[in-house]
Amino acid sequence: MSARSNTAGWLYVSPLVAVLIPFFLVPIVVVLVASFLEHDGYGGMIAHFTLENYKDLFTSELTLRLYLGTIKFALLTWIGTLLIGFWIAYFLVFHVRNQLLAIGLFLLCTVPFWTSNIIRMISWIPLLGKQGLVNSVLMSTGVIDRPLAFLLFSDFAVVTAYIHQLTIFMIVPLFNSMSRIDKRTIEAARDAGASRFEIVRYIVLPMSRTGIALGSIFVLSIVMGDFFVVKVMSGGGSASIVSALFEDISVLQYPPAAASAVVLLVVVVIMIAAILRTVDIRKELGR
Amino acid sequence: MNGTQVVEGARRAPARARVRSHDDERRRPWTFWVLATVFVAYVLALYGPMLCIYVLSLQDIRGGLVFPMKGLSLHWFVDLFTQVRTGDVKGGFERSITLALVVTVLTVVGSFLAGLGFRARFRGDGIVFYVMVGSLVAPGLVLGIGIGLLFQYLGIEPHWYTSALGAHLSWTLPFGVLVMFAVLSRFDSAWEEAARDLGASHWQTIRWVVIPVLAPGLVAVALFGFTLSYDEFARTLQTSGSLNTLPLEIWSMTLNVTSPSLYALGTVTTIASFVIIGASLGVIAWLQRRRARRLPAN
Repeated sequence: MSARSNTAGWLYVSPLVAVLIPFFLVPIVVVLVASFLEHDGYGGMIAHFTLENYKDLFTSELTLRLYLGTIKFALLTWIGTLLIGFWIAYFLVFHVRNQLLAIGLFLLCTVPFWTSNIIRMISWIPLLGKQGLVNSVLMSTGVIDRPLAFLLFSDFAVVTAYIHQLTIFMIVPLFNSMSRIDKRTIEAARDAGASRFEIVRYIVLPMSRTGIALGSIFVLSIVMGDFFVVKVMSGGGSASIVSALFEDISVLQYPPAAASAVVLLVVVVIMIAAILRTVDIRKELGR
Repeated sequence: MNGTQVVEGARRAPARARVRSHDDERRRPWTFWVLATVFVAYVLALYGPMLCIYVLSLQDIRGGLVFPMKGLSLHWFVDLFTQVRTGDVKGGFERSITLALVVTVLTVVGSFLAGLGFRARFRGDGIVFYVMVGSLVAPGLVLGIGIGLLFQYLGIEPHWYTSALGAHLSWTLPFGVLVMFAVLSRFDSAWEEAARDLGASHWQTIRWVVIPVLAPGLVAVALFGFTLSYDEFARTLQTSGSLNTLPLEIWSMTLNVTSPSLYALGTVTTIASFVIIGASLGVIAWLQRRRARRLPAN
């Protein structure tokens, strides 16, 4: 590691660093500082150190409920996206024999990712509403005689919208990992008498570890930090950590919101660190 | 199919025939059909709801938020751009496009350079990498609040082209760098060494070897940069200042507007997205084809 390569390396990443410092690191420090300040209740902050914001946070029963609720959403979404994402990627890599077709189908899955999240979310309204398509079809076929109320503005709707939006974050890294599995490994396993299930269990699953880890990081961190899916799809019935924080912000209660944000960041960082321990993402991504 | 493709096809035919017969030996297993069904169901669920709102946005003035369709007209599109109560959609649209274009250029340049930088290890590279991952996964609203408070503290008025631009870059750049990792992992550095052996300077190598080889990947980074910025919402909420970007307009509409105008806006913004996606994929395909033509047939 020569001095020259150090300088060159830093020069190359300097634009990235020039964005990350003022627009990521410093703002996080600002939030951290704000979380220790007093507030006057009218949007102002008083430069006086206090632990009151954290004390309120940790003694409030609401905090526990918010975390449990958000973690429940995160887990359900994670399970849903992982199951769907794994099998979609598996299908594309190992079952579609024409590689061009596989890439085409893969792109078909990724296109919605490049469109607006909010629009994709509200597009469930005409389907899941009380007078929505699902209810009217079920009613007209006589399966039910009253509209199912739990479809929209419920936890069910929230998890549906999450899975709809986030499965792509599982498919892409899983597709990438699985594409790198040498097909000869699978052939060898088959020749040695492995069953289809054993191939998935002992070859595909372990070798897509990086993909699963990357996808999980995206899915979990997005759900943990989300507020608009919860707000719109639950119809105000459920709250998440960030949606509660957002309510604080709208009444200009910055310090309590900042304290809640800091705790959330710590929780998310711990989750991600735990996932990163299982794989060396950088090594497997880069080289 | 044009002439050259036919010739090309004929040349590859023996190889392809061999593959085909090998495939015939193992018939499609039952799992293929099960997973194909899952795949089709997934794609339907992915696109179905979106198609619903496009269709519903074409209703006439009697239209509501749910099926059945009431009439067929462009009423709600006109309504969208002419009514005051639906907000400043036109302005939001212009701002979002401008912002996304600026973000795209900066993201491509920044991610390309950072991607090259991360190929060799340097002191502190791990720190930069993990800070980058942190920026990618930090809750957007929290970051937006931080940036908003920072600007407030410094006494700088937040604007969509200053604070929101930075907020967007803190999200698109790490994403772009991750895409660059994937792109560079397929890049054979022997090409660079060959160029250097032939006497190319460092800069010439990048300009005439690295950039042309990576061009399709760079277009992909641009696509990510543009669309992530164009649709970005959580980070923008506290950083855009007094003027809204399009996703913020959409957000306020989801809370206030209960007419198919909302769907019309969804249709308009999705058409814009599809134009961008189509153009990017078109450019990538064009680059690949041009490259295939230039390479000697082997």
